[in-house]
Amino acid sequence: MAESVLSIRDLTVTFNTPVGPLTAVRGVDVDVRAGEIVGVVGESGSGKSVTFLAAMGLLPKRAHVTGSVVLDGQELIGASPKLLRSVRGRLLSMIFQDPLSALNPVHRVGDQIVEMLKAHQKMSQKTAFAKAIELLDIVGIPQPDERAKQYPHEFSGGMRQRVVIAMAIANNPKVLVADEPTTALDVTVQAQILEVVQRVQQTFGTAVVLITHDLGVIARVADRVNVMYAGRNVEKGSVASLFEHPSHPYTRGLLASLPQEGIERLQPISGFPPNMLAPPPGCGFAPRCPHAQQACSEVLPPLRGFLDLETACIRAEELSTEGAN
Amino acid sequence: MSSPLLQVSSLVKHFELRKNTGIRKSKRIVQAVSDVSFTLERGHTLGIVGESGSGKTTVGRCLLRLIEPTSGSVIFDGNDLSGLDFEEMRILRRRMQIVFQDPFASLDPKMTVGASIAEPFTVQGISGNHDEKVAELLQLVGLASDHAKRFPHEFSGGQRQRIGIARALALEPDLIVLDEPVSALDVSIQAGIVNLFGDLQKRLGMSYVFIAHDLSVVRHIADEVAVMYLGKIVEIGAKDAVYDHPTHPYTKALLSAVPIANPTTERSRKRIMLEGDVPSPVNPPSGCRFRTRCWKAQALCETSEPALIVRPTGQMSACHFPES
Repeated sequence: MAESVLSIRDLTVTFNTPVGPLTAVRGVDVDVRAGEIVGVVGESGSGKSVTFLAAMGLLPKRAHVTGSVVLDGQELIGASPKLLRSVRGRLLSMIFQDPLSALNPVHRVGDQIVEMLKAHQKMSQKTAFAKAIELLDIVGIPQPDERAKQYPHEFSGGMRQRVVIAMAIANNPKVLVADEPTTALDVTVQAQILEVVQRVQQTFGTAVVLITHDLGVIARVADRVNVMYAGRNVEKGSVASLFEHPSHPYTRGLLASLPQEGIERLQPISGFPPNMLAPPPGCGFAPRCPHAQQACSEVLPPLRGFLDLETACIRAEELSTEGAN
Repeated sequence: MSSPLLQVSSLVKHFELRKNTGIRKSKRIVQAVSDVSFTLERGHTLGIVGESGSGKTTVGRCLLRLIEPTSGSVIFDGNDLSGLDFEEMRILRRRMQIVFQDPFASLDPKMTVGASIAEPFTVQGISGNHDEKVAELLQLVGLASDHAKRFPHEFSGGQRQRIGIARALALEPDLIVLDEPVSALDVSIQAGIVNLFGDLQKRLGMSYVFIAHDLSVVRHIADEVAVMYLGKIVEIGAKDAVYDHPTHPYTKALLSAVPIANPTTERSRKRIMLEGDVPSPVNPPSGCRFRTRCWKAQALCETSEPALIVRPTGQMSACHFPES
């Protein structure tokens, strides 16, 4: 098994809010191995974005982060701002849903990529600009030498996301975190961007963390997947196993709620996610779970091996033999 | 057989963009909807799918005359809407309602849920005490009748969408335009709302125009589907024909771009990768509007606009070189 380039252990993130402390992430573990695509899936408020913002040291001061984030042998939690600055963009890059907010409207896109290159590498302006053009070409922007001299507003949404990817991979990072990179895009453009992400991963061996709410996107490109609910990992494993025999009731519920060919009636998950100001004491999913028992709402279930998955459900074996849904 | 509930013919909507910068004055026209025609039977659901800029939302708003069509006609149960004055239109709207995408923006935060749901009665001048009716509507959409006294901020996105639906149902309409009604919701919540639409239609028999970019939801709920691209319908017909035997290259590409939550199918199927983005509706391509992204385009596609033609599988599509 390849070694992890990014290893997140027992990450907990608490925000101080006017109405009290809110723990958005409650002891999450994520491992990202070199060159793989890890999908992180969950609904709004599951803590999937906050986990990686915390890992990158991008959360505001009112967020209290504990646990460990080790990237390429370096601990990032509690690291100095100077170390974090040298890591971000060089070893670990992140792209977001809205590419326009990641670009400076008054600078040419080529210059913005140059800035990224020169922040971490000693390079002449000329070499850097040539490299920027090369990067634009890699992410599939036609006529990159012309386009490098244009401003963000002259690009379409899909092209802007390509520019942002070019910036993110400029210094050949070990890990690229992509937070809902295609959510704002049309489905035909989404297909193009996912292809660019896969090409980057295959060409440069960059590990990719793909945060999304879309199980279809995970099924298309990810190698392994982490399912998050109420700030916890509820299930993880290889994409093939997870879709083949999902074991956590939340994962099953999520898959069953998708419209599919030949299904007469959809199966929603009843209820709604817990208020994270006062999360349930036991399993976060227990209040909505059709299989919950007394014990489920008493202790937080840890992740444990079940078949070839890791599942945080105390009833995984029983439910699997019962063939429950 | 009775006449269809809704008959739309040659609907066109152009928006003018005025640019008065400096000494240059130019007038540009956004051709949001160009020559759209369809009919909707009673009790049926028409799904309208398309990417951003396809004009699907504009069609929905033109149906209720929330925006005034540039030309073309919308005939609702025998009434040509374009000939009606404001007052006549207001009365007819009792029978046509709309549910919007954003359940946070479509409810007045300062009105109780009950007051929001009862507002259509006031607008339509129906006097009396509506508490009982409101309670009934809340139950119909799967909420509790005592929720009427609460305010929108006390509800989740899915519950708010249910409130919006209750409001649309208040006057027992014959037609509801659903404009991306589940797009803002998480999938586990979305399923419940989609089921609710199905149940309500079975019970009350109204027709839906379901506008969405999510093809799998539309497949689940619609009887007929219209695929729009840059203001035009490129393919329209019975759902199974369109999904199982797409004849327009755009429909085919769109279907192949939608990710399926099954890694085995997803990784083995052939994907059609369209190049580039949707062109601007200000200056759409000549001939077939899809030709700039179509892998089958030839000289003919540039010079001549294809008409909607009935295909062997029953649907109509507008393409010179249809898929078979």
